[in-house]
Amino acid sequence: MADDIPGFGKPSGLSAMSAFAPGGGARSRAELLGIIATAVIVIGGMELALIWFAVPEYFLPRPSRIFAALIREFPLLAPHLGYTLIELFSGFAIGASIGLVLAAVITQFPYAEKIISPYILILVTTPMLALVPLLILWFGFGFTPRIIAVALASGPMVMINAATGFRRVDAAKIALARSYGATTLQIFWKIRAPMALPVILVGLMIGAIFGLLTAVGAEMVGGGFGLGNRLTTYSSMINMPEFFAVIVILSTLGILIYVFFFLVGKKWASWEA
Amino acid sequence: MSVKLSVRDAGKRYGALEALLNCSFDVAANTITSIVGPSGCGKTTLLWSMSGLHGLTSGSVMLEGKPITGPHPDIGLVFQEANLLPWRTLIDNILFPFEIKRIAPDRPWIDHLLDRVGLKGFEQRFPRELSGGMQQRAAIVRALALRPQVLLMDEPFGALDAFTREEMNRLVEEIWLETKTTIVFITHSIEEAIFLSDRVLVLSKRPGRVQGDYAVPFARPRSLETMASRAVFDLMNRIKGDIYGLKPRSAAAE
Repeated sequence: MADDIPGFGKPSGLSAMSAFAPGGGARSRAELLGIIATAVIVIGGMELALIWFAVPEYFLPRPSRIFAALIREFPLLAPHLGYTLIELFSGFAIGASIGLVLAAVITQFPYAEKIISPYILILVTTPMLALVPLLILWFGFGFTPRIIAVALASGPMVMINAATGFRRVDAAKIALARSYGATTLQIFWKIRAPMALPVILVGLMIGAIFGLLTAVGAEMVGGGFGLGNRLTTYSSMINMPEFFAVIVILSTLGILIYVFFFLVGKKWASWEA
Repeated sequence: MSVKLSVRDAGKRYGALEALLNCSFDVAANTITSIVGPSGCGKTTLLWSMSGLHGLTSGSVMLEGKPITGPHPDIGLVFQEANLLPWRTLIDNILFPFEIKRIAPDRPWIDHLLDRVGLKGFEQRFPRELSGGMQQRAAIVRALALRPQVLLMDEPFGALDAFTREEMNRLVEEIWLETKTTIVFITHSIEEAIFLSDRVLVLSKRPGRVQGDYAVPFARPRSLETMASRAVFDLMNRIKGDIYGLKPRSAAAE
């Protein structure tokens, strides 16, 4: 039964979860084979084309060289991956918590919400990366400016989506709860929150991916550690296979974030067909 | 017969809009009373006031002589459409009122009700996996699970197809024959009102007040023959005439 239930989250809030699952359904074996075949053709084709045209490695390395660099350098890159994850997790935890609480509170006061929402929009649309040089000036080259940048990037994104979720009031469902004498708090936890959850999850996912972008960007701006810092280091030394190996790690990280929230959504928000 | 609910000079105003005015009637205990009337005549407003979900501008609603000032544990409400919580399984939807009230559910009674309405075995299903009729049956079980003295039903079957609706009407009659819960039933369908009720009240156009009051004296359970009889047909015509402001010719004979 569970398999034919369309993926959670119809297009709402700022985005939709449907990007990875066209039509919302599970993929057939043939489609999976097609996806793998595409990867083999594209990667294999690149490999052959780069050999055929004798493209120099500093211009664009062959996939096999990137893969070899990934295996060879991984022990050296692992601590940097750890630093990036620390920045991402702490920044996201701070930003998302503040975003969620603010969204829950602000949607209880429609008038205040109307006044504040343009400013939240400014926070969402301003690239927080632009503040990193200033943050480094204030807090130095450690974790602090990066964690703050991640929080600033993910928090408003989480907030704006969570607010969309909390605004989805269904008068009949609230009346139902009230008819049994529910308190405001019970109505929040048992009606509003579950109703908002699918949209909140979409917000958390976008917020986390924004957080990753900002963490890497901040690492490129300054400081001597983190995957973003490796990118600038490798490119300045023209170590392009290693440079692309870092890119592969970052893409994998982004996909893992997506898959994580997708699975959480499937478990807890699949009721919204 | 003792009076269970009484509505006294009920009035409700939304800004300039007068939804109800001087609406008065009594509901006898252990009976089914239907309220019919044109769209927008304040039927739902009236029912929500009777449930204590919102207050009246004037007048009062009393349960056994005591005014109702807020949601009351002895009054159950069944909404238009099933109004199940889509993120909960059927059984968790039925346990929802117990969760809110923080009381232990009466499982044997709930199991009996589920069995009665044919939902046994569907406890772990989500609402989207159930048909409209099944959802509405679950909503009725949810309302009856707390053993309310009064069940208020707000056009509960309006969204269902004709066949399912017929089935649901028979189910309500069966449940009533078993529990004798006092039921106030709002509907657009005069046939449904006559089939189910001991009494049909006709509400006037806005502002709503009682303009017609009809006893429905047919024996229960009501058979197809009863429902096809001349007496039912005449009653239906009189009620229709009342609602549309027409004088049917058959009424002149009485």
